[in-house]
Amino acid sequence: MIETREIYRHFPFVLEIIFYIVAFATIGFFIYGFYLKYKKYKRGRDAGRFDNLLTRFLKAAAIMAKNSTVFKRDKFAGFAHWLIFWGFVVLFIGTVIVAMDYDFLRHLNVQLLKGKFYLIFSFTLDIFGLFFLIGLVMMMARRASKPPQLDYTRNDLQAEHYSRKGYAIDDKIFLWLLFLIGATGFFIEGIRIAADRPPFEVWSPVGWALADVSDKLGLTSNANNVHVYMWWVHAILVMFFIAYIPYSKAMHMLIDYANLMFKDEMAAKRLPRVSEEKMKDGMGYNAIVDFTWKELLDFDACTKCGRCHQVCPARTAGTVLSPRDLILDLRTHADITIGKSEWLTQSFLDQKKEPKNIAGDLISKDVLWSCTTCMACVEVCPVGIEHLTSIVNLRRSLVERGNMEPMLQDTLSKIGEYGNSFGQSEKKRADWTKGLEFKIKDVRKEEAEYLWFVGDYASYDARINGLSKKVAAVLQKIGLDYGILYDGEKNSGNDVRRVGEEGLYEMLVEDNMKTFGKSKFKKIFTTDPHSYNTIKNEYPDYGGNYEIEHYTGLLLRLFNEGKLKFTKKLAYKVTYHDPCYLGRYNGEVDAPRKLMKAMGIELQDMPRCKENSFCCGAGGGRIWMDDSKMKERPSENRIREALTLGPDVKYFIVACPKDFAMFGDAVKTSGNEGKLEVKDIIQLVEEAIG
Amino acid sequence: MSNHVFVIAEHIKGKFDDITFEMLGKGKELASSLGGELVAVLIGNNVKSMAAQLSAASKVICVESPQLENFSPEAHSKTVSAVVNAHKPKLVMTGYTSMGMEIGPAVSVDNSMSLVSFVSNVTASGGSVTAVSRLYGGKINVESQLEGEGFIVGMLPGSSPADLGRAAGTPSIEDFAAPDLSNLSIKFRQLIEPEDGDVDITTQDILVSVGRGIQSDENLPIVNELAAKLGGAVSCSRPLVDSKWMSKTRQVGKSGLKVKPKLYLALGISGAPEHIEGMKDAGLIIAVNSDPKAPIFDYAQYGVVGDIFDIIPALTGKL
Amino acid sequence: MNIIVPIKQVPDLVEELEIDSSGKSLDQSSLKMKLSEFDDHALEEALILKEESGATVTAIAFDSEDVDKILFTAAAKGADKIIKVTGLENPSSHQAAQALAQVIKAMPHDLVMTGVQAVDDRDGQLAVLLAHYLGVPHVSVVTSVKVNGQNAVVSKEYGAGLVAEYEVKLPMVVGVQAARQSPRYVPVAKVRQTMKTATLEEVAATNITASTGSSIKKVSKPESGAGAEMIEGSAEEQASKIIQLLKDKGIK
Repeated sequence: MIETREIYRHFPFVLEIIFYIVAFATIGFFIYGFYLKYKKYKRGRDAGRFDNLLTRFLKAAAIMAKNSTVFKRDKFAGFAHWLIFWGFVVLFIGTVIVAMDYDFLRHLNVQLLKGKFYLIFSFTLDIFGLFFLIGLVMMMARRASKPPQLDYTRNDLQAEHYSRKGYAIDDKIFLWLLFLIGATGFFIEGIRIAADRPPFEVWSPVGWALADVSDKLGLTSNANNVHVYMWWVHAILVMFFIAYIPYSKAMHMLIDYANLMFKDEMAAKRLPRVSEEKMKDGMGYNAIVDFTWKELLDFDACTKCGRCHQVCPARTAGTVLSPRDLILDLRTHADITIGKSEWLTQSFLDQKKEPKNIAGDLISKDVLWSCTTCMACVEVCPVGIEHLTSIVNLRRSLVERGNMEPMLQDTLSKIGEYGNSFGQSEKKRADWTKGLEFKIKDVRKEEAEYLWFVGDYASYDARINGLSKKVAAVLQKIGLDYGILYDGEKNSGNDVRRVGEEGLYEMLVEDNMKTFGKSKFKKIFTTDPHSYNTIKNEYPDYGGNYEIEHYTGLLLRLFNEGKLKFTKKLAYKVTYHDPCYLGRYNGEVDAPRKLMKAMGIELQDMPRCKENSFCCGAGGGRIWMDDSKMKERPSENRIREALTLGPDVKYFIVACPKDFAMFGDAVKTSGNEGKLEVKDIIQLVEEAIG
Repeated sequence: MSNHVFVIAEHIKGKFDDITFEMLGKGKELASSLGGELVAVLIGNNVKSMAAQLSAASKVICVESPQLENFSPEAHSKTVSAVVNAHKPKLVMTGYTSMGMEIGPAVSVDNSMSLVSFVSNVTASGGSVTAVSRLYGGKINVESQLEGEGFIVGMLPGSSPADLGRAAGTPSIEDFAAPDLSNLSIKFRQLIEPEDGDVDITTQDILVSVGRGIQSDENLPIVNELAAKLGGAVSCSRPLVDSKWMSKTRQVGKSGLKVKPKLYLALGISGAPEHIEGMKDAGLIIAVNSDPKAPIFDYAQYGVVGDIFDIIPALTGKL
Repeated sequence: MNIIVPIKQVPDLVEELEIDSSGKSLDQSSLKMKLSEFDDHALEEALILKEESGATVTAIAFDSEDVDKILFTAAAKGADKIIKVTGLENPSSHQAAQALAQVIKAMPHDLVMTGVQAVDDRDGQLAVLLAHYLGVPHVSVVTSVKVNGQNAVVSKEYGAGLVAEYEVKLPMVVGVQAARQSPRYVPVAKVRQTMKTATLEEVAATNITASTGSSIKKVSKPESGAGAEMIEGSAEEQASKIIQLLKDKGIK
């Protein structure tokens, strides 16, 4: 007996013909849906991204193979998805082999699926088919448990003004369709084996076991008939699924590969410049045609997994922003205006009438201004969506039309006028140095190895410039050769850019670079993670390439080189807050930790730490906007999190001037004074060097 | 040309404003230095009965006309120009006020007289007149020597005591025929009273007043909290009202309200002349400002140079 | 409707003001100039009127260092025309009024709107002076302007929140205290763009006869803190002293 199976088993020829006709129609549907998508993306503006195609392809393939982005911080969903993904891939490959064998090779008198190969094939498909079903059942159980990230309730709209029914139905169809395809597949295998019981089919363990079930249920006597019916059920399900792919969330199987492949590794860290050509019709995005094809792809890539919704500090604070809803609204709008492809979701959505402005009407200004640009959404997104870039581009349009709150407007005017957000005299920028016992070099006049970029808050804020003095004192003690720019320094522009005031940002960059150019230094260090980000990642776009360190990195290096010595062991138990712009944006999570370890400090991390740190709420210009209407400020939420570590943790350590201000306030406003003290890492260093 | 000093009396809703008496007080001193008389100019409709209140003046020139019933920038400045043209006084004093601002410059152009505004003090000796202006938000004093024949000064409210202007006396009353006020371009429509319903800051004993230093309306809750602990109300300077952070009913100063609380705690208010005129009569003024040179410290009895965001919570915490 | 908005730069009070060696003027080199905030409000109110009912807004300023920037900014905000008056440096209010009257008379004008005052108006406020040189009515300390055919309805503020409403035949001059909304923000890119595209007209001032009518004898800084007894110490200590003071005075 040859180990193989019959393909159109007990099929009349007519049925076989009908099958092929239906199959071709299905493929037609699929291609048409795909074509609609292609047309949609083709309308988008250029996004570049065609560099290093092979690297991009392989990188995305590695992510897909490991499902690493899905596993991240959600092992259950990651594992279930991995099972489904590989189950699907292997079953798909299996189907392709069958098709090749029967439709092509057969005519050349070749047959692959026989003998040992057939047994291996059968065994592999059975195992992966089982994986597939287990994964789907896990996902079903997960949905049934109603995890908060899968709750489609919106923060910004009353229930009667929107409907997520389309999405909810789509979710169910997708899951059940896959499940039924898998289950019927096994069913027909079982019944086929039961009919003839070829002994080699023990290599199809699931099918063999189901054949036993069939025997017990008494189906085997009528096996051949049942097989044909069920075969058709299975086939119809499969064909429906294929046709359904481009019009539903199933599309993510194809699109998300592309989205990961074309992802910008620097997304959010380095915002796009506005081209001269784009500038003519405004610097911001205000119509769907303003978006790039990659951004349009982003909108379709969303699987509504809700991870961004879950991590977003603005959403947590009870504001109207949810990165998920923002992306989905843009998707729906893109579909309606240029895509016309997502039937399922469209028909159920309460569509706003053709909005005049995308920024302000479709996506409300409150939604856009709620973003703290903490980048948690971009970091957590398993499919490479760059929410933040779209948000800033939309903000640019709001800024252009003056659609912002008075305090922000006032702050931007101050930055434009005085180069600092405090609206204080430029000449007073270095007034904080006046009480020092030594003079800090002016790198505009004297050469120094390091330029210390101090930043606005550390220069002007009375609560924070005391910390600047401590930094100066510590560096003086170490004997580091450094200087500052005195009144020559201006706001670095990081948050101005994230507010969307691109022109002002460029002005600040030009001014700072001009001063850098006239000064004599080799490297830059900064106490401000925000300045660190823009100088490191964005100034290069303007020709400013500088070697820059955050002071925690600098201090650690000096410690390792033996220049910084800790003479006092600090027996503190502390927790540490990773600043968004240091940890998440720039991956620097080790230096502060190692530094604290070197001082003998016991660090207990909060549940949300390192790249998953929770924003203080000040970034992206939020510190210049009203936060009095939030349910709970992100900073207060964070203090609550720190308090869960227990009463032993006395200090809440920060490494960012804005954090010092935000959390200092939050401890007070949340009524936790005395329980937790906010300290900058420099205060610890000062203590430890004795 | 006489050596007389003319004071343009300001009144609204049948009541003289303090500025009138402040100018009469100062004017009396100036008239005696210049060797002239102090004359009050009273303009309105059926206002003669009010003339007796201007007792510090030796004469009240009264101009009455139905067109002068309500203050009109056009009718009133025309009238003052006519009076000045007819009498040619040495010095005309107007308030640097909403009314006086319409009159001073108009009379200056009509009668080719020198004009100085933002005036906090005027001195005269040997026929020469010197005026001190508080310019640049009260940060700089500029002393001007007046030249020419007749002068006009726009007096900042609150720059001299009103009591001197209430000195007893029996001024003679002289009628002056109103100039031709037909064909006016400006028609008075109505007076709109401020909306009620809010706290009346003019009757409060304790006011915690905030200025630009508060930086943002979201910082107001800590001020409210302090005011509540002190048992007082919150008031503010003009920029906060312009930014719509606080209502007009809370504004202290020139275009706002005049307050006389027992305690006026000025937080982050620099003390522009327009603000000072609204609060200088408070019983105890304590000012907190980060700028040691802020003019507010000239008027406060006690001053704290510091960050209001440190002082406010410290105060609240201790109450 | 044609709205003319005279605007000017004044020393920025955020910066320390220094007096020069003559003792008769401010040290010009230490000054940072910025648009007078009242003029900013006047421009805003004019632009609101333009948006409401359509108007041509012309911003006009005297030539001085960096004045181009405030004019281009006005254009970026929405002013249709910008004019620089040359040949008159640092004019007094009287000189400015006479020169502006010459320029404005030569062009169509229904409403002239300018700031109610400026921090350096030593010889009176421009609005009223200008109205008299132009021979048109004026209302100052205005917080709202509505145009109704050939008339304007303006709200003039007195103290204590009391407001008088007037109906005025156009043309007129308005001294603006505050616009109905905070002056708008104009993005830097838009200003830069405007600098490339807008035309800045120049008009020369001639035969200015007006004088200030006074000469400056002395410029000085008021004795600072003269009245106040300063409370020293940390914030906590200062707070304690204040509370003690209130107790001593029987206030708390």
